[in-house]
Amino acid sequence: MKTISDHILDIVQNSVKAGATLIEIIVREKWNDDLYTLEIRDDGCGMDSETAARALEPFFTSRTTRKVGLGLPLLRQNAMQTGGSVAIDSEPGRGTAVTARFGYSHIDRPAMGDIAGVFLLTIIGHPQCSFAYLHVTPEGEFSITSQDLRETLGEVPLTDPGIMQAIRELFGNNLEMIKASK
Amino acid sequence: MNKITSLADLKKMKDQVQNRLKMRENSDAVETLVQIKVGMATCGIASGAKDTMNFFVEETSHQAIDAVVTQTGCMGFCYAEPTVEVTLPGKEPVVFGHVDKAKAREIIDRYIIKGELVDGMIPMNFKTIHD
Repeated sequence: MKTISDHILDIVQNSVKAGATLIEIIVREKWNDDLYTLEIRDDGCGMDSETAARALEPFFTSRTTRKVGLGLPLLRQNAMQTGGSVAIDSEPGRGTAVTARFGYSHIDRPAMGDIAGVFLLTIIGHPQCSFAYLHVTPEGEFSITSQDLRETLGEVPLTDPGIMQAIRELFGNNLEMIKASK
Repeated sequence: MNKITSLADLKKMKDQVQNRLKMRENSDAVETLVQIKVGMATCGIASGAKDTMNFFVEETSHQAIDAVVTQTGCMGFCYAEPTVEVTLPGKEPVVFGHVDKAKAREIIDRYIIKGELVDGMIPMNFKTIHD
């Protein structure tokens, strides 16, 4: 995965598979602590502690179509390369939170990439789920939810090219205002 | 045009779009829609499925094709990612492999619009993707 937003696109699939109805994506930049964290929380089926511990192994997966599961291991690899880590907090029936910590100024920390596009495709691709995005930096915060977007747009589809472009601008301008890392 | 920085700005934009959009009176009944499922597991994303899905969303919207584009998990054809399952109304699902933008355009222009068969189908013996 080349960017943080690629990881988001990927890890969110786990939450969807877990039957989540609300998925929160939270990015925090703590410049003074040299920390960049990505947290994905869901209210899906959760995992017991044994499964959660194995979820970071590349040769563990709950699916049957293939024998490997690389989403979380690749996230962990990228986090560890910057002196960070990945933690999974999960409880059966309650949901799961995956938190990846990256070194903010580390040269190997992936760029954020096309977060607006990822958020859009995620919403479009999973109409049955609600998504929330929160980005916090010392300069401020930006938050948006799939419900905000759907309520604002009403009958007009998210897939309209003009609307997609407008949402990209909405993300870009707001993230720029809080000096979010690109 | 003013910068879009808030939902209020987005709403203005939406009103503009709504005016020029001829409201299609399509029922959202799944039977009448073209269903496009893009494989978006780790293998798909690493192979560029995001660009593929983006292209399908923009192009079907642009050409006013009544389609619903969604994401799905790994179909087990990691070697052929990005993979896309297309279900035309009343037809069996068909899975295509190695779908980059050029292939996606061919699938839209030839398979979805004209109903012609195109290269790159993955022979399947299942009905649809269940996981």
